[in-house]
Amino acid sequence: MQEPSAPDIAPDARPRLPRGVRLVHNAAQGGWVLLAPERIFRPDAVALAILQRCTGAATFAAIVDDLAVEFTAPRQRIGADVATLLRSLADKKLLEL
Amino acid sequence: MVAPAQESPPRPLGLLAELTHRCPLGCPYCSNPLDLDARADELDTATWARVMREAAALGVLQVHLSGGEPGARRDLEHIVAAAREAGLYTNLITAGVGISTARLAALAAAGLDHVQVSIQDSEAASADCIAGYDGAFARKRALAGDVVRLKLPLTVNAVIHRANIERVGAMIDLALALGAGRVEIAHAQYYGWALKNRAALMPAREQVGRAIAVVEAMRETHRGAIVIDSVVPDYYARYPKPCVGGWGRRSLNVTPSGVVLPCHAAATIPGLDFWNVREYALADIWTSSPAFNAFRGTDWMVEPCASCARRSVDFGGCRCQALALTGDARAADPVCHLSPHHAGLAELARSDADAAYVYRRI
Repeated sequence: MQEPSAPDIAPDARPRLPRGVRLVHNAAQGGWVLLAPERIFRPDAVALAILQRCTGAATFAAIVDDLAVEFTAPRQRIGADVATLLRSLADKKLLEL
Repeated sequence: MVAPAQESPPRPLGLLAELTHRCPLGCPYCSNPLDLDARADELDTATWARVMREAAALGVLQVHLSGGEPGARRDLEHIVAAAREAGLYTNLITAGVGISTARLAALAAAGLDHVQVSIQDSEAASADCIAGYDGAFARKRALAGDVVRLKLPLTVNAVIHRANIERVGAMIDLALALGAGRVEIAHAQYYGWALKNRAALMPAREQVGRAIAVVEAMRETHRGAIVIDSVVPDYYARYPKPCVGGWGRRSLNVTPSGVVLPCHAAATIPGLDFWNVREYALADIWTSSPAFNAFRGTDWMVEPCASCARRSVDFGGCRCQALALTGDARAADPVCHLSPHHAGLAELARSDADAAYVYRRI
């Protein structure tokens, strides 16, 4: 169960970056950047861990399972955090669900 | 005193490559300078390719291929390919007139990441009148269709001024209908041709207020469907914009003939020594050219900027606007309410009378 405030995302959704959005590592800029149409974002460590799993291969449920292990945190809380971030990214056209 | 700015300038994020000043349209708000570069003075393909490599090495992440109309360059595919090979994100900023379906497909194959097409209005007759080009509106719609069919992301850019400001909502809906994922509602900024045409372009304060309210409401109703970014009109503002994110902090412009500028209009400031990519490496220009260091940081400031708590927030606003409206490029941007010229600015905006367009032409 997710917290009531978390956006609803289907467990079998396979989030992926759309064409025109690229996650790249840039040494000169000192780390990972998300490049999008006329916008640049610098993901924090948590957002980066999520974005790196949004390849279109893994399902939302699998991504949450994976992150719950990696961050040794309760699956419910991770699920809510990931759903919130994914919805926010989708609203900004940075992610397809 | 902090260390001199030139010891450690931040690395730029974006490069505006003005590939040519040639353009079939004549938009009266064009940000190009009044004194346009001729075709014979344009950089060649190999030099642009070198600029792309040097930009990437300097830390630039995105290149905005603009002009003029970049499609007027027959080597645009090669420039896109060189930019992608260097690792840059490539953004084509086009008037949408003169790029065929086949040409766009070739650009996509060369690695183009994104297309921004301008529209002048939501109504064809008005749009073509503003562009000074019959049939432009229909051709832009066709190009937008091609972009979407190729599955490239599309941004629609709409410059807002007196002739179209009442249809700002219709322009957002047009962008959505065209399949754009993003729309820029860019209120005209008064430089270059727009400054020359200010009397014909400046909307009334009440119109600006209504347009901002429409955009704010549509940002909520269209959430998830289209991203709405806006450039607010600054003549009626209380604080100045941090122009280009601060002089020599985030971006640089390369003109068709290779001059490297901190912003579109910087060449209007007298006495600045700009360097050219034909003679210097881009990294040297960024760190050491006198023009980039002239207004970098805060040491150059005079009052009211020098002691202002916001001096590292808005960097005194825009140097070019300060020059154009006060005669002194070091003065506070008169958009700021602390500028002694601020009251006069509002008066200037209010008192502008109707006038005919001076179309942008080479």
